[in-house]
Amino acid sequence: MKPLSAWVHISPWLVLVVLAGPVLAGLAGIVLPAFGWLPALGGDTPGFHAWRQLSEQPGLFRMVIISLVSGLLTTAVSLAIVSLFVAGWSGTRAFRAVERCLSPLLSVPHAAAALALMFLIAPSGLLARWVSPWLSGWQQPPDLLIVNDVWGFSMMAGLVVKEVPFLFLVTLAALRQCHAGDRMRLARSLGYAPMAGWFRAVFPALYPLIRLPVYAVIAYASAAVDVGLILGPTSPPPLSVAVLGWLNDPRLDMRFMASAGALLQVLVTVGALSVWWLGERLVTGISAGWLVSGGRRCADRWWSGAGLVGVMLTVLLAASGLLGLLIWSFAGFWSFPANWPGQWTMTTWERAVLLLGDPLRNAALVGVVATLLSVLLVLGWLENGARSPLRATRLPQRALYLPLIVPAVAFLFGLVMLQALLGIQPGLASVVLGHLVFVLPYVYLSLSESYRRMDPRWIQLARTLGASPDRAFFRVRLPMLMAPCLTAAAVGFAVSIGQYLPTVLLGAGRVTTVTTEAVALASGGDRRIVAAFALTQAVLPAVGYALALGLPALLMRRTRRIRP
Amino acid sequence: MKGLKLDHLQIALNDTVLLRLDARVRPGEVLAVMGPSGSGKSTLLSCIAGTLDPVFRTGGCVQLDGRDLDGLPPEQRQVGLLFQDALLFPHLSVAGNVLFGVPRHHADRREKVEALLRDAGLEGFGPRGPQTLSGGQKARVALLRTLAAEPRAILLDEPFSSLDATLRGEMRQYVFDRIRRAGVPALLVTHDREDAIASGGHIVEL
Repeated sequence: MKPLSAWVHISPWLVLVVLAGPVLAGLAGIVLPAFGWLPALGGDTPGFHAWRQLSEQPGLFRMVIISLVSGLLTTAVSLAIVSLFVAGWSGTRAFRAVERCLSPLLSVPHAAAALALMFLIAPSGLLARWVSPWLSGWQQPPDLLIVNDVWGFSMMAGLVVKEVPFLFLVTLAALRQCHAGDRMRLARSLGYAPMAGWFRAVFPALYPLIRLPVYAVIAYASAAVDVGLILGPTSPPPLSVAVLGWLNDPRLDMRFMASAGALLQVLVTVGALSVWWLGERLVTGISAGWLVSGGRRCADRWWSGAGLVGVMLTVLLAASGLLGLLIWSFAGFWSFPANWPGQWTMTTWERAVLLLGDPLRNAALVGVVATLLSVLLVLGWLENGARSPLRATRLPQRALYLPLIVPAVAFLFGLVMLQALLGIQPGLASVVLGHLVFVLPYVYLSLSESYRRMDPRWIQLARTLGASPDRAFFRVRLPMLMAPCLTAAAVGFAVSIGQYLPTVLLGAGRVTTVTTEAVALASGGDRRIVAAFALTQAVLPAVGYALALGLPALLMRRTRRIRP
Repeated sequence: MKGLKLDHLQIALNDTVLLRLDARVRPGEVLAVMGPSGSGKSTLLSCIAGTLDPVFRTGGCVQLDGRDLDGLPPEQRQVGLLFQDALLFPHLSVAGNVLFGVPRHHADRREKVEALLRDAGLEGFGPRGPQTLSGGQKARVALLRTLAAEPRAILLDEPFSSLDATLRGEMRQYVFDRIRRAGVPALLVTHDREDAIASGGHIVEL
């Protein structure tokens, strides 16, 4: 068999192993110790003592509640903002402007966005400086617990800032799929105002298409570690952050309780998803009558205004936060109520460049390798589906959302324990494999639509012209899908750059990337150096996108642009 | 025996027979198959070209120059396919598109491409991108690409329906002349009676 044919043949199975293997193995790796079974650490009597110990942890109830609430509330707020905005503003200039702002925002890693927000809203942050002293009267930074507030509102704000762009872009893709334009024209012609029409005619068809991404958002928000570390409450922290603390505890017997904690995190996420699912049923039931009630308008101006405000707030928070990072990284002496730094200096960056060498190289290496592997696997899998539509295995498709829904802190911890049991050295290789689990789903989601939309006649034509399946792939399919492939690679690279947990856990702290360093430095005092790291982290994905968009333009210049 | 033979060919989907056809096309002849949309015309072509979706089941057999095509992959059938759209590969130049069709064992592949382009009145168009061609030029290059692969039969899937009325007559003339000169059997599916009549061969209604 030719190498490509063999690859196409096995890649669906490889994808399945990559997606489901680590998640299932990792879960097994926490379930057994959680119930007392871990012979390597002397655990050979099954029982509930780990759970008893866990239940005695101070603030456990609050940790659970914070995680549950941030999972549900941030998703509800983000979904509301996105759907109100899309309903009220589709097809307007404001819509296109927001579209252009939100896409780059999606590529900003969670940690960088959280740090940007932190520097913006902290008592000595940019906002406080901008309103002081003329408005607030503050001569000193106010003694307020804004960042790391007890109930995690700043953490939730940080999550919303990242969820809105994600849900918005997912919604955009779904709008095309459910022919939202036609549905709206129909509703408008029947006399429905935009809002009333959109929620009756478009949303019921749209929601099923974005349901899995919404679930992924809930799961992420209920178990986020990096955002929680940066913006979340500290005593008690959100459950996921607490679990990370327990599993980093040098006392080995803490592993049992940490496993129980990780399993509890899984239950909390499942709980959040169940509550949301019940909410879906409830809304479906309640709205059944409303859908056909014939009401042609529903305070359109008010609701669409709310959507616009929500989206604008997200964009402004993120943009001014990133601007803040930029200012801080060049700031010299900057006394409190001053709106701008008194001096500008390059010293921060001079120091940062010395510190950035290893983290930058590791981040780029891991990102490139994980992305390359993902693209190869996804291409093989998609080509397999295109060649044998009947036999194509549907199994990987079902596993696609597994790593996005099972809390990472839980199954990665299990993997760490398995890694130790099997005597595998933590290092770059395990980190790359860990990133692969999270990068692959996004590469698939980004590439699959273009792959399916490519007219099958192109390949039929190539085949009737004498090309073998492999030749048709290399000479026709790949060149024609070069742009989407590069975009998918850029998406994958951005996802990899943003990964905090797999890097820290599977690298056992030995593999430092820009992201792990930025998070680690966040709790320290040197705001300027943190800003430089966060900014570098935010810029890396953008570099990936620039390359992805620039390369095809360069390659295509040869054949296009020749006029008669 | 030379030519294309459809021997009691039958295509079915989920126990519903979509079409039955028994026909023979001699080299240089064109058989026109007519039918309204949805009558399975394109399915018939996919079946002969070997690109039929496996959800369809077929009966009977297709023979080309005495060779049974059943089970052969499309690249080994030597059956050329021409669609309504020219479908010129956008990432290749005009010459590259034609070159894609020329079999690899040929000694002077590039020379052959030049000869084909010259013959079609497209001399000097080789290095251009396909986007720079007019509709009629694209259609001609698509035909050249098909002929370059030296097919033993040509299938035409509504090849003229995307062209405007003035160009259509001209292209019909050109395509049918060229096929006759190549001396291969051709099968044309269309819903346009004028296409069928212009082909000058037998007409079958589905």
